[in-house]
Amino acid sequence: MSLRTLPLVFINLGGEMLYILDQRLRAHNTSEDKSEKGVWSESDRRRVLNDIVGTMFSKSFMDELLKPQQLYSHRTMKTVLTRLAHTSIMRLNPASMDRLYELMIMAFKYQVFLCPRPKDLLLISYNHIDTIREFVRDTPVVMNQVDETHRNIIEVYSSLSEGQFQLLRQTLLIFFQDMHIRVSLFLKNQIQNPSGRFVLTTSGPVPYGADVPGLIRTFDLRGREVSRSEFPPGGTYSSLVREGSFDLNGDRVLRLGRNLYRVEHPEETQTSRTPSVQVTGPQLQIQTS
Amino acid sequence: MYHKEKSIQIKNSASALYNNLSVLRIAPRRLTYFTVVHANVVNTVSASWDGLNYSHRQLQSKEPNVATSTSLIMQAAFCVLPSRDLLVVSSQKGIQMYESDGSIMVYWHALDTPEAPTAQAVFARGISAVSDNYICVGVSSGAVLVFDIPSKGSNITLSEVLEEHKEAITDIASECSGSQECLANLVTADDGGNMCVWKSGEEFQLLNKIPGLDITCSSVKLWKGTVLAGFGTGQIRLYEAVTGILHAEVNAHARWIYSLDIAPFSGLLLSAAEDSFVRVWHVSMTPETNSVEIAHLHNECVTDTQICGAKFCDGDGYAFAVTGYDLSEIIQLPSDEPGHSNGKWAAVTGQTWLRTDNIELLENY
Repeated sequence: MSLRTLPLVFINLGGEMLYILDQRLRAHNTSEDKSEKGVWSESDRRRVLNDIVGTMFSKSFMDELLKPQQLYSHRTMKTVLTRLAHTSIMRLNPASMDRLYELMIMAFKYQVFLCPRPKDLLLISYNHIDTIREFVRDTPVVMNQVDETHRNIIEVYSSLSEGQFQLLRQTLLIFFQDMHIRVSLFLKNQIQNPSGRFVLTTSGPVPYGADVPGLIRTFDLRGREVSRSEFPPGGTYSSLVREGSFDLNGDRVLRLGRNLYRVEHPEETQTSRTPSVQVTGPQLQIQTS
Repeated sequence: MYHKEKSIQIKNSASALYNNLSVLRIAPRRLTYFTVVHANVVNTVSASWDGLNYSHRQLQSKEPNVATSTSLIMQAAFCVLPSRDLLVVSSQKGIQMYESDGSIMVYWHALDTPEAPTAQAVFARGISAVSDNYICVGVSSGAVLVFDIPSKGSNITLSEVLEEHKEAITDIASECSGSQECLANLVTADDGGNMCVWKSGEEFQLLNKIPGLDITCSSVKLWKGTVLAGFGTGQIRLYEAVTGILHAEVNAHARWIYSLDIAPFSGLLLSAAEDSFVRVWHVSMTPETNSVEIAHLHNECVTDTQICGAKFCDGDGYAFAVTGYDLSEIIQLPSDEPGHSNGKWAAVTGQTWLRTDNIELLENY
């Protein structure tokens, strides 16, 4: 359907991947079988993140993604993301890569599902870019690439209408369809049910620019309001006062797309049935993919 | 007023597409057909009224790989014409028309693919039968294709292309009250919320344009000369079709509306949105004062579900059915009995409660 999904998909999935890798690379070695050989140093961690971000936000990669084209299949997506994850000294075994992909997908599915207005997909993407910028803060070359990509994204997507954004979102929802993998962090924060489905609350703010449901107005032939009545909307809604910033910087207001893994508990990157994502250090043999 | 009954299981989950449920009632055979789109597959279920027999059929485009499929389907809808019923499927590739049970494809129209690759997606969306012998289908370019349908056989032809809209068509609806007095009998809506009102014929005539406010009109209906439109902001608006006069505006939902349906005999209106609510309204008209009123009757919440299709199963609105993104079932909601404390349906419509074995009453539809 939409031919403009890929840049946003890679920024968001790639962003989630970086959040998880960042968290795992900070974690102390708590795996039971001690298969993680040693703790990663701060400089190693930064190096891995810089390498991945540098490749992901390289002009050639982004230019390729920006060409109008259909969304990749899951298989292709996973292959490309695996290659991205391996642009540095870090290695992930296939089981870990599988788990990582599931976590990335479920996180992005959650964000797309709950996205209030279709164009808020950009705010979600910008939340990811903002955090990525923080990860590579000490490497001006890479940070410039991130800024440059951000500018390109703003330019390309600012002309899309809400209807076109909704088509983009619907295309993504088809991509995520029928995936209900349970994620410990989501279950714990009660944003996902034990069934694997996300919680859709009937309370909270309505999207920016929309009206709170509950009002019926009728008009006469001249357009003057002749009556008003209310009906019970079945939920408790409020208006959203501030709109997030669509610029290079600024408060995005929307929380979707922010780093949920900032908490220091390694088990948060577990899916509920498998061991944690394990990263292996540079001194091990290179794992075959 | 309504309550949930046993759901009908479908082979795949519903995709998040506008108007993703179509219902066809076949009274003589005591069956109802339902059709729901999943990516590049159309799921049809034939359900017997006694609830005992279900038969499933899937219509699939040829590519097996869903995400890279270039034949993602945008909509599947039954079109009822005096002499025949057809199942029309609109996709990225084109338009297919089948016999209503999905058994035989009778017509295929390929969409023009642009010579140079463009950033604009190409697809067909928005399907409606009009008057006795036309079926209209919208296109992403804004064009509306008018097909001439003979009373039988496959000699279907493209009769006209209506080019008024500049944005992708979202939904199309024809006058469904059965009244011959209405001047306008077709409304087309687009991604920018613009609506065009037409009179069908050998050459379709544009009667009116209702400008949008850059907010998608995702679902539209035309009843007794009134356009009922659902928008991305969650609003429903009622307009007089030929003049564009706004009769009423409802802040109906907290999220994007995906489906509207009207029960033509009773004036019951169904709205469904991504906020997980289906709402039932009553639309009434006073011809003397040319006024239109809309009153809220009922809410139904499908927990944690973004609803993508909701349709009445009969012309009185006795029962309705609902589909949601990622749900592999069609939820059925018949109305409550008149003696029940919530038995509002009978009071509103003036009908006695329809039992499913009340054949005489049902055969009128």
